[in-house]
Amino acid sequence: MAMIIPGGTTEPAAPIELTDDSPPVGRSGRSRSPGFRALARLGKAIRSNRKASWGAGLLIFMCVIALIAPLLYPEYPNQTGQFRVGLGPSSHHLLGTNGLGEDLFSQILWGARPVLEIAFGVGILSTTIAVLIGVAAAYLGGLWDNVLSLLTDILLVIPLFPLLIVIAGYLQNSAGTGVMIAVITLTGWSYTARQLRSQALSLRKRDFLEAARVRGERPLYIIVVEIIPTMTSLLVASFLTNALYAVLFSSSLQFIGLGDPNQVSWGTMLHQAENNEAFQTGQSLWIIAPGLCIVALGAAFALLNYAFDEVGNPALRPLRRQKQATQPRALRRTSAIAD
Amino acid sequence: MRSPTETILDVRDLSVEYVTDGGSVLAVDNVSFSLDPGEFVAVVGESGCGKSTMLFAVAQLLTPPAEVVGGTVMFKGRNLVGLTDKSLIAIRWKDLSVVMQSAMNALNPVKSIGAQFKDAMQAHGVTSHHEIANRSAEVLKMVGIDPLHLKSYPHQLSGGMRQRSMIAMALLFTPELVIMDEPTSALDVVAQRSLMVQIKELQEQFGFAVIFVTHDMSLVSHFSDRLMVMYAGQVAEVGPTRTLFDSPQHPYTDGLMDAFPSIRGPKVPLAGIPGSPPNLSRRAEGCWFAPRCPKVFDRCNSERPALYPVDGTQVRCFLYDGSAP
Amino acid sequence: MRFALRRLGFFLLTLWAALTLNFALPRLMPGNPAIAMISKFKGGVSPQALKTLETQFGVNTHHSVVSQYFSYLRNIATGNYGISLSEYPATVGHIIMQAIFWTLGLVGLTTILAFILGTAIGIVGAWRRGGTLDSVMPPVFVITSVIPYFWLGLVLILIFGVKLGWLPDGGSYAYTDTPAFTLTFIWDVIQHAILPAFTLLITTIGTWILTMRNTMITTLADDYVRMARAKGLSSRRIMFDYAARNAILPNLTGFAMSLGFVLGGAILVEYVFNYQGVGYWLLAAVNNEDYPLMQALFLLITVAVLVAILLSDIATALLDPRTRDAG
Repeated sequence: MAMIIPGGTTEPAAPIELTDDSPPVGRSGRSRSPGFRALARLGKAIRSNRKASWGAGLLIFMCVIALIAPLLYPEYPNQTGQFRVGLGPSSHHLLGTNGLGEDLFSQILWGARPVLEIAFGVGILSTTIAVLIGVAAAYLGGLWDNVLSLLTDILLVIPLFPLLIVIAGYLQNSAGTGVMIAVITLTGWSYTARQLRSQALSLRKRDFLEAARVRGERPLYIIVVEIIPTMTSLLVASFLTNALYAVLFSSSLQFIGLGDPNQVSWGTMLHQAENNEAFQTGQSLWIIAPGLCIVALGAAFALLNYAFDEVGNPALRPLRRQKQATQPRALRRTSAIAD
Repeated sequence: MRSPTETILDVRDLSVEYVTDGGSVLAVDNVSFSLDPGEFVAVVGESGCGKSTMLFAVAQLLTPPAEVVGGTVMFKGRNLVGLTDKSLIAIRWKDLSVVMQSAMNALNPVKSIGAQFKDAMQAHGVTSHHEIANRSAEVLKMVGIDPLHLKSYPHQLSGGMRQRSMIAMALLFTPELVIMDEPTSALDVVAQRSLMVQIKELQEQFGFAVIFVTHDMSLVSHFSDRLMVMYAGQVAEVGPTRTLFDSPQHPYTDGLMDAFPSIRGPKVPLAGIPGSPPNLSRRAEGCWFAPRCPKVFDRCNSERPALYPVDGTQVRCFLYDGSAP
Repeated sequence: MRFALRRLGFFLLTLWAALTLNFALPRLMPGNPAIAMISKFKGGVSPQALKTLETQFGVNTHHSVVSQYFSYLRNIATGNYGISLSEYPATVGHIIMQAIFWTLGLVGLTTILAFILGTAIGIVGAWRRGGTLDSVMPPVFVITSVIPYFWLGLVLILIFGVKLGWLPDGGSYAYTDTPAFTLTFIWDVIQHAILPAFTLLITTIGTWILTMRNTMITTLADDYVRMARAKGLSSRRIMFDYAARNAILPNLTGFAMSLGFVLGGAILVEYVFNYQGVGYWLLAAVNNEDYPLMQALFLLITVAVLVAILLSDIATALLDPRTRDAG
């Protein structure tokens, strides 16, 4: 899997501060919390940026198909031999059936569920751990910082996927959704922890934190109530990054056969396709359909992530074509120099 | 008024816009001024008044989203606006050089000082290593730095030394015009003063003209021949330095003078200028300074003042347009 | 100097952590998997080998965990990685020696190629801001970099191997051949390497392009680039000497760190293409519950990544004078 997250520089970047020109007081007159303002910015950013709109659209689409799966196909589609083997697309089977006699379309729909569960699970869990450790390291400083940072750096450097393989190898086929989430989270939180620590470090010196400290607030309060809401944009980015990895890693593990064989998910579909000689028997759809879904979901997260990078760093935004300075536009005269 | 043949720089109606997704902002609004050979002009104003943008526009160093949208910059008889990079190369550094604000950012961190001097010279056809080495050592000595430091990297020098080496680099070809964008702002007070003295000495020795942008008026008061005060992208007042200091005409200039206490003289209460610089993305109906002006009257809010001559200075204020108050 | 020592220290510390992790994992897993492994292979291997295995994994042994740990470390240091269960009686070391050759060739060359090409394209894209390349690049490459390695491999095999029959659909060389330094064999190897190399190239190049472009754009806004323009330097000089030389620094670090991920992806590519490198054997070991082999391969991959990181740190120190002095 490509390490460098689409849209992020590899080194945890210097923290980027979004300009905040939304009013601090809402229409009702109540003062808006920083977290709310950040979310409002988020919504506006998504609507205005084309990449983000596509990404968000794809993501919502995937969630929808995962939700409606049991409505369209109440039976869990892993009964081998339920239908004729190797049928092409038809009105009964929108994508045909696979080499084991299962309906592909229902598998795709149902298969979205574990993938999304893992993606969101890892995204949220990883971000939470990363926040706690990153911010604690930045805020506590000193020995704590050194220890936590060292721990983070070491985990960062150990190659993730081989580690995942080894762990899954020891677990041998018992890696259901829950285990997947746990394993991917435990091996993957370190990257975003580093970024969050960087940003928390730069925030330490800001005035509003100094004010809280002087007021006598406890460190935990400061961390949770003051620091974390300000880092909302980075938290969202962390969620997206981790979710993306989770999708790719879990699919890969399932593909190799280290997932739960009784569970229908896009990765296991590909695993079965490979095992059943899908190529040679000409069942291309069995391979192409689940793969495209993985790409689509991955692209959704990646596009959102990339768009976020552009929101935070306006220099990266798409540029309008530069006009040549040879024909400066005439301006109406706003002032004149009296000679 | 000066005749165009005497001046080395003649800027007329220069305008710069920042083009963004949300619309465009006029950062420099029809600025005009001219410069005689060897003259030292200081450009002062608050942050965001457009002085640095104007400076880079003159030197044709703007980057997107900023672009020149109007006006001419006549340098030694040629209009720089609209020239391609290739044509500009012949002028760059040989006739017009630049000193920037923070040498830590303006010097390439991965190249030694000597290497940066060298590439400037090589870009203009100086190939002899001997000549390059000699000249490099020579300019460093001019600013009081041991030529040993040609081998140093920017981060190994102190702030003051870095700024001075930038000035040395700017003088490699003893150009006729050196423009400086707040070269002293990153230094402490003592270093600031000594750098200013050094710049003035060099200027008198080599006779180059200087456009010096700063937000610190008191710093330039002893060194500049003329002073130009900018506000909201426009020239608010321009004239001989001493005249502006002794009798500021524009209410803004007046306010600025009051904001800088004098060490000598009787104690006066420190006054500021209430309010904050205007948001340039919202076009104003009248004079930009009206909301903060202590001498504002009706006309100021509905019409835009032009520059009016007053005793050798020019002032953008209706108080001086010759009509009865 | 201090910088070098610090990086070396980190390298050793992480190495130690990886070794310990390797040691601890099987012992931490629920229902000691080693027991299952040993019972599976009981009939197939010599009693001696079995005894060694038991010691290696801490099963049925009277030695304390601590002493197991130290004998484990000693074995690693002396190059004794045990015997492969699935390829009995071949030693783990023997298998690794062969596999490394294939992986280095495929993955090593492709990664370097992708890095160089990707960086170059990124630089040019950033330089010509607003051009067609620049507006098309981000969305296209964002998508190519999320394509799962294995899926792309499958699709390519489908197209070029099965449907079109142009290229072989698996293996590092045709099964009928015996390895030799003959031209036909070499050509055979190349043919077998084209698809896997292409797969790796497509999926990895996107990230290099994008990160280089983004870093370049930020760098191009820096004052020293403007200064270079003011001095009248040529565009090419500015692009390389001023912008790229500074922009590439964070990428170098990233390159080494991402090597771990690239290796992970390469594992999948080798699996899909039956390409007998390190990754292929790792997965084979997992599927066969051949834990000694699995452990050794994991260690190998980790060490490779650590060494790469150390090398990139050295490269950064050579290119960036600030790190040399920072210490």
